[in-house]
Amino acid sequence: MKKYRILIAKPGLDGHDRGAKVVAHALRDAGFEVIYTGLRQTPEQIVKTAIQEDVDLIGLSILSGAHLQLSKKVIDLMKKEGIGHVPVFVGGIIPPDDVPKLLEIGVCRVFGPGTPLSRIVQEVKEVLEGVTSASGS
Amino acid sequence: MDHKSIARLITLLENTPEKAKEILSNLPRRTAPVIGFTGSPGVGKSTLIDQVIAKLRSSGKTVAVVAVDPSSPFSQGAFLGDRVRMKKHFLDDGVFIRSMASRGALGGLNESIYDVVELFESVGFDYVLVETVGVGQAEVEVRYVADVVVLVLSPGFGDEMQLLKAGIMEIADIYVVNKADLVGTDSLYDQLVSFLTFAGRDVSSVVKTSALNAQGIEELVNKITTLWEKFAETGKLKELRKQRLKHHAENLARRTLQKYLSLADLEDPYEGVEAALRSMCERLKNGQGGGT
Repeated sequence: MKKYRILIAKPGLDGHDRGAKVVAHALRDAGFEVIYTGLRQTPEQIVKTAIQEDVDLIGLSILSGAHLQLSKKVIDLMKKEGIGHVPVFVGGIIPPDDVPKLLEIGVCRVFGPGTPLSRIVQEVKEVLEGVTSASGS
Repeated sequence: MDHKSIARLITLLENTPEKAKEILSNLPRRTAPVIGFTGSPGVGKSTLIDQVIAKLRSSGKTVAVVAVDPSSPFSQGAFLGDRVRMKKHFLDDGVFIRSMASRGALGGLNESIYDVVELFESVGFDYVLVETVGVGQAEVEVRYVADVVVLVLSPGFGDEMQLLKAGIMEIADIYVVNKADLVGTDSLYDQLVSFLTFAGRDVSSVVKTSALNAQGIEELVNKITTLWEKFAETGKLKELRKQRLKHHAENLARRTLQKYLSLADLEDPYEGVEAALRSMCERLKNGQGGGT
């Protein structure tokens, strides 16, 4: 039976991970296996972890304001390493104007402050099931 | 084999264990030291493993780690957080770390652990480290998976009554008093030494470490390596591997039995089950294999 594995990662230099942990907890309670990397990860570390853990989805939590640069770096690196098919969502302090930019970079969903956990869980399920049916596995 | 392929194979082993034989039989058979780390939650197993990896890497050895954390009995989800303690190895190609949820298996591991360890050995890692979930007193499965079992304790673990209890205390080859920077280290160390003396066991198997300050790590790694080499020389390793096969088989048998029982429409729990098992066991004993 397929069990979805989700990586929750904190790229960049901000030192706050309450939000990342709350989201990880909600996904755990929704039945997912959540791998957490801890604070201050480089895009390289995150992509290597995603490869070794063979995850189905990556969630990036970014509060530093560097979400455009960091998300782009992670997604570019994922493509280079051959895991560009794994969807990436971003959560954190994201100005509304940047949401379309993130989507353009290739991020599948953006969750700003105050997003209900139930919505995150719901959309994560949609993304995962969409990916599964698209790849036919 | 590249990390991406190894990672995919582990997922296959975890999700479709019935295909494990097919997957593994295409790989060469190799033997590497398999070292188990067990102990209560919060004694510092992951941080200790982090230091052990660093030590092994400094002598050029490649290391695979599988770290198991518990699955929720309610949602079946899991929070796998052991990696957080092993960050400094994320970019090292000589280290492969895999987090694994226990998925309801008792014993402190995950049912596919035997296959995953075999995979790590086959693809050529020099050492395989297995971290159990933070265990209580009776999760002893790691004894059958690992060649050398390291039990990690820390001050505040409990009184000497704990040391005398059956189960987890008995299965270790090496006892680590971790967090040796804390008060209570010496008294735990002394209690352990007297416990082992009383049990007629090797007192030199106790090591004080402070994983946080990298103290005692060299001594621990030396003990682990020396013991594994001794096991290999004396034939104990062969014995241990035989036991591992048996327990692997036991796991398979349990899983198969559960599968068939869930499909069967029984009117009586005794109906046919014992007879079927007995005839299967007869076949196994006579070396005819378990196939039908």
